[in-house]
Amino acid sequence: MQKSYNFILAGVGGQGTILASDVLAEVALAAGFDVKKSEVHGMAQRGGSVNTHVRWDAERVYSPLIGLGEADMLLVFEEAEALRYAEYLKHGGAAVVNQYSIKPITVTSGGAHYPTEPELQAVYGVLTDRLHLVPGTAIARDLGNTRAANVVLIGALSAFMDIPAETWLQVIEARVPPKVVELNREAFLEGRQFVEKRGP
Amino acid sequence: MKQLLSGNEAIARGAWEAGVAVASAYPGTPSTEILENFGRYPNVYAEWAPNEKVAVDVAVGAAYSGRRALAAMKHVGVNVAADSVFYASMTGLEAGLVIVTADDPAMHSSQNEQDNRRYAKFARIPCVEPSDSQEAKDLVAAALEISEQFDTPVFLRVTTRICHSSAPVELGEQHPVAPRRDDFPRDPAKYVMVPGNARRKHPVIEERIRQLVHFAETFALNRAEWGDTSSPAGRLGIVTCGVAYQYAKEIFPEASILRLGMTYPLPPGLIHDFAAKVDRLIVIEELDPFLEEEMRLMGIACEGKSIFPAVGEFDPRVVRESAIEAGLLPESARVPVMALDKPEIPPRPPVLCPGCPHRATFHLLNKRKVAVAGDIGCYTLGLVPPLSSIHTCGCMGAGIGVAHGAAQAGIGERMVAVIGDSTFFHTGMPALANVAYNRSDVITIILDNRTTGMTGHQGNPGTGRTLQMQEVPPLELEPLVRALGIERVKTVSAFDVRALDDTLKEFLKAEGPSVLIAREECALLPNARKRWLPLRVIADKCNGCTMCFRIGCPAILKSGELDEKTQRPKALIDPRQCTGCEVCAQVCPRKAILFRSQVVADDGD
Repeated sequence: MQKSYNFILAGVGGQGTILASDVLAEVALAAGFDVKKSEVHGMAQRGGSVNTHVRWDAERVYSPLIGLGEADMLLVFEEAEALRYAEYLKHGGAAVVNQYSIKPITVTSGGAHYPTEPELQAVYGVLTDRLHLVPGTAIARDLGNTRAANVVLIGALSAFMDIPAETWLQVIEARVPPKVVELNREAFLEGRQFVEKRGP
Repeated sequence: MKQLLSGNEAIARGAWEAGVAVASAYPGTPSTEILENFGRYPNVYAEWAPNEKVAVDVAVGAAYSGRRALAAMKHVGVNVAADSVFYASMTGLEAGLVIVTADDPAMHSSQNEQDNRRYAKFARIPCVEPSDSQEAKDLVAAALEISEQFDTPVFLRVTTRICHSSAPVELGEQHPVAPRRDDFPRDPAKYVMVPGNARRKHPVIEERIRQLVHFAETFALNRAEWGDTSSPAGRLGIVTCGVAYQYAKEIFPEASILRLGMTYPLPPGLIHDFAAKVDRLIVIEELDPFLEEEMRLMGIACEGKSIFPAVGEFDPRVVRESAIEAGLLPESARVPVMALDKPEIPPRPPVLCPGCPHRATFHLLNKRKVAVAGDIGCYTLGLVPPLSSIHTCGCMGAGIGVAHGAAQAGIGERMVAVIGDSTFFHTGMPALANVAYNRSDVITIILDNRTTGMTGHQGNPGTGRTLQMQEVPPLELEPLVRALGIERVKTVSAFDVRALDDTLKEFLKAEGPSVLIAREECALLPNARKRWLPLRVIADKCNGCTMCFRIGCPAILKSGELDEKTQRPKALIDPRQCTGCEVCAQVCPRKAILFRSQVVADDGD
């Protein structure tokens, strides 16, 4: 384990970015790290872009924010958002990106361009060797509820960290409604396996 | 046992632990969660007031009654409350009063980024400022003690990155505080600010600041953290406060830091001592050179805004890059940022939700090309294309007055003002009374979505439910509007496009002022969610005319299928987003979108 980790999470309002950052922060505490997380409220339910900063340190976290080029990991739930926040990643950093697009209204009824598959791949290729495109929404749909996509992605992220799966699962189970605990457990484990099979 | 708390949660906890009995606020990002959380503690009184001025008066009334009290607001909320803040400073109180000002550097959700530390100096009120969640909690108790010791309200100043950042906090026990009196004070010399009494009070509050200056010298959170002063790095001296302290620690780990937990008044002794022991003295503070100016008044040379920006918020990169430019850090300290050849990334602005009851009204205003004075709330998003229907928005409750002013100035077109229900109760009412009393022909549209929406669906006098979940008779808009002097008033369903348009047409033709109340529940409220029913486009009937795209609903997508004749993409409704408000179905000229009843009938087969 490193002494410190900087995570940038990003997505579209409603995808569960904030829940994911809550989980990431609680896992830090469970694993003995000091932690800070930062978010900006209010715009989420209006379909806007959401991003959160989560910082772990074995001793003490000072700044609540991460600067460009300082993130060890990007965890992104939507592909255009991965491009929007790409510059936060440091050289050699890792990225876990949900293979999923939500076209904003500027695209669906305006004239704006949504990046094509080749355009996305071109940026991913330059960004880092350690990028995993995870079909989180598809996996969640197969498990029974697309809303668990963010937990699939958390599982994928967990494969990079030397923290037992049980620690993550306990934190997740405490934060989701009882009737979806099992679904979320499976979502986490499938995401984790997806990255483990390919090597983090 | 440490718990991860946001700054707002920590302030609420701190208020409860310190025995705050009464709290009042108006929602406003980034402060909203303070009262939401405080109101859930046992045996406290917590309320949403219609505006921040009332909230401060309420907290003052409780403090006059010998009970510890708190008022919370965003930075511009202090502008609304300022009149009350100033008299509270003059009178003093019977028990502690904390006023939380939650500033918003970088204007994440605000119309400006004013620095409210200036209010502290202006009103002669001490200001304490935490640097993280733990300090936010601890400073509530400290503020109340200062308030009672010096007979003054106290500002607790926080910013977005304190309010909405979370960190581990050590919780404390509650210390119940007995009321300091049973009756209301009969002390007019202290509490009635007629000129004679006020003249006697002014020297008192000036002396109070002098006493607080002495206090500041030994205040626990005013503290020098020394680096190794035998090394050059340790002889860089940094004066800082608030969240900027964290960036100072991050970027200058070896420097000597004087962190100030009380940012007004400042401790000249501590600062002079600190300045004497360092070679170069810099000030790291967001927004205004508030500390820097105070230090210059003390005769201390320092560099602040010559190095760091006065605009926007800081982060490690901003501080580091500024420091490198000023020669405080070497070029080698630069953090490289990847140069990526990115395609154009579509903007993803916040927009009105699918099913928002404001949508149809803005669509009609845009079609008619009227001049619209807007206001603050979810409905400010009427600005966003393709609705593009508001032309001004300044602050809470401004729209009606601005429209009236334009009308009375003789502008050659009819003015329309739009305002939400909560904003109307906040400061819209006097402005509407002005329209009636001073007789302009402004058409006011009250967008009544039965909630205070943008800040997270809080209650207001029209919703029938209080912060602490009491059911109360809702304030009725139509009788209120008539009582304010407007005769032409109509309440229309916000989803009924024809009725809205007919009413607008009627009001535009008529002389004199009018009020259209466009009413429907916000689509995200619990009962509204239960009624969600996605609609469908009948592809055979759609020819891609784009009428439905022009209402700017996120649930209406461009299908891959092109119409044979027009070669334009047909419309497609996203069933995961559509709530079934039927506005698109009404504007469709080809009856190509099924109404709710048709969907139900269709599904039933």
